[in-house]
Amino acid sequence: MGSGWAIAVHGGAGVDPNLPKERQEEAKQLLTRCLNLGISALRSSVSAIDVVELVVRELESDPLFNSGRGSALTAKGTVEMEASIMDGPERRCGAVSGITTVKNPISLARLGVEMVDNDYFITEDNVGMLKLAKEANSILFDYRIPIGGLESCSSVVENPLLQMNGLPISVYAPETVGCVVVDSQGRCAAATSTGGLMNKMTGRIGDSPLIGAGTYACDLCGVSCTGEGEAIIRGTLARDVAALMEYKGLGLQEAVDYVIGKRLDGGKAGLIAVSNRGEVACGFNSVGMFRGCATEDGFMEVGIWE
Amino acid sequence: MGWAIALHGGAGDIPRSLPPELRQPREAALRHCLQIGVDALKAARSPLDVVELVVRELEDHPNFNAGKGSVLTSNGTVEMEACIMDGNTKKCGAVSGLTTVKNAVSLARLVMEKTPHIYLGFDGAEAFAREQGIETVDSSHFITPENIDRLKQAKEANRVQIDYTQPIQKVEEEEASLPNGDSQIGTVGCVAVDSYGNIAAATSTGGLVNKMVGRIGDTPIIGAGTYANSLCAVSATGKGEAIIRATVARDVAALMEYKGLSLKEAAAYVINECAPSRTAGLVAVSATGEVAMPFNTVGMFRACATQDGYSEVAIWPNESCSCD
Repeated sequence: MGSGWAIAVHGGAGVDPNLPKERQEEAKQLLTRCLNLGISALRSSVSAIDVVELVVRELESDPLFNSGRGSALTAKGTVEMEASIMDGPERRCGAVSGITTVKNPISLARLGVEMVDNDYFITEDNVGMLKLAKEANSILFDYRIPIGGLESCSSVVENPLLQMNGLPISVYAPETVGCVVVDSQGRCAAATSTGGLMNKMTGRIGDSPLIGAGTYACDLCGVSCTGEGEAIIRGTLARDVAALMEYKGLGLQEAVDYVIGKRLDGGKAGLIAVSNRGEVACGFNSVGMFRGCATEDGFMEVGIWE
Repeated sequence: MGWAIALHGGAGDIPRSLPPELRQPREAALRHCLQIGVDALKAARSPLDVVELVVRELEDHPNFNAGKGSVLTSNGTVEMEACIMDGNTKKCGAVSGLTTVKNAVSLARLVMEKTPHIYLGFDGAEAFAREQGIETVDSSHFITPENIDRLKQAKEANRVQIDYTQPIQKVEEEEASLPNGDSQIGTVGCVAVDSYGNIAAATSTGGLVNKMVGRIGDTPIIGAGTYANSLCAVSATGKGEAIIRATVARDVAALMEYKGLSLKEAAAYVINECAPSRTAGLVAVSATGEVAMPFNTVGMFRACATQDGYSEVAIWPNESCSCD
């Protein structure tokens, strides 16, 4: 194989349509910077697994997105970060959850650890966001009151106010980060990192650290998902992109379109994917997804909206 | 069509020489738990209730590695985990890192029904258990003398394994001599379907002997150790990391959904082609009342029954003891 390298990055699905232009520009600049970082590494023949770690570290270290520094806060105002990484060739993988002091969870997932002070992850923005999330949604997130399972997702559709995960979109964004890479030898890898859901219960584990849900890589492809975690877990979204290629013979983009269309049961999410043939694909049913991709033949794209 | 139920008490290198005093109580427990499940299905309980009920019973049984009888971490503590999933709604709940909750599977069900989340772990899960008023006990309830011995022997074996001055052969001997070869066996699980095609899966475990504190295995991970949809329900057991990599439970369902395989074909494919040999086993039922219980280990503690009167309790391949 080895039809050339390809890379895709994301900074979360579900974007406030009223996000100020300068924030949009900042996000695009960060995505571009991360893409370029990955591209130079790929040109220097760095392996796919090293590239996804490198790029996700960069996304974690920048406070703009919800991972590492800039992570969303739990209902108690603490940070509990999670991440996972997977190498396609032997499907080796690692994941961490409930991380409070590790500067780059993605590297802990890969066993590289760097300790910093806990405050590093808590930004002022997020303290304010937590307050807004609590005010806006004290009822939906009071789990002592039944929420009727999936209905809470579908009822969002009728709601004139845009929501993700039951939160007004202005509070929800920004989200999870991820990177998928195929190197020029056709090796795929995927990595995802997140602070999780704003105002989540202490101890809540989402899709990002779950192999097959938020992250998956095998011989055929690498996939990183973002969005409503519970819908992604139920849909085993990342594995299903690969399973559709493996068991149903679909192409990468077809498989991505299928899982976004058929596997989310009304949930909102997005994903990025690469195949071992150097293809890149992305899909989302949310309002916007921060994303960027590039391939060896010179194609490069950074976008937020459809 | 008709109801069906299958359950397991772990897959692994179960020696055929397993002495009767270790074998009989496990067979009796499998038979007892199967009967509880069958009675509940006959009484028209929902499969979700049935798998929870049966797994609770297996958790309470000290010979299996879940609930009472859970194996110990390297610190000598218990960290239990469990998962439950309803096929038609795909609602699911999971917990990890439990230290005082008597029945982990019931807390997983509460996460599914009472929170907007799917998966809670460690302190947060314990706090949630207290808020819900679910039965908790002192951690010592779960710790059996057998498991204190197992941890000691595992640690001794490890010390040899990482001492590179010892010849390799010695290491293999030590590994092979782990107590009864069953030190990592005993995860429990149950899958059930009723005659209306309602279908559910549940799995519960204490994890690995001498595991690192905080280690999460395949059991609570949707698609790895546990999965159910409108076609089938699956509970897997074995070497957790291999099961996670092979997304064993989801792949049985994906092969039915995307490749049109039958339950038996899909389950056999996953065990023979996807999971490395000597790593995994699973129990599965389809919405149409079929049962599959394949494994690629030496044995798997397992039992099943279907509405047409078939029932089986077995440990090794092609072996079935009578069910009176």
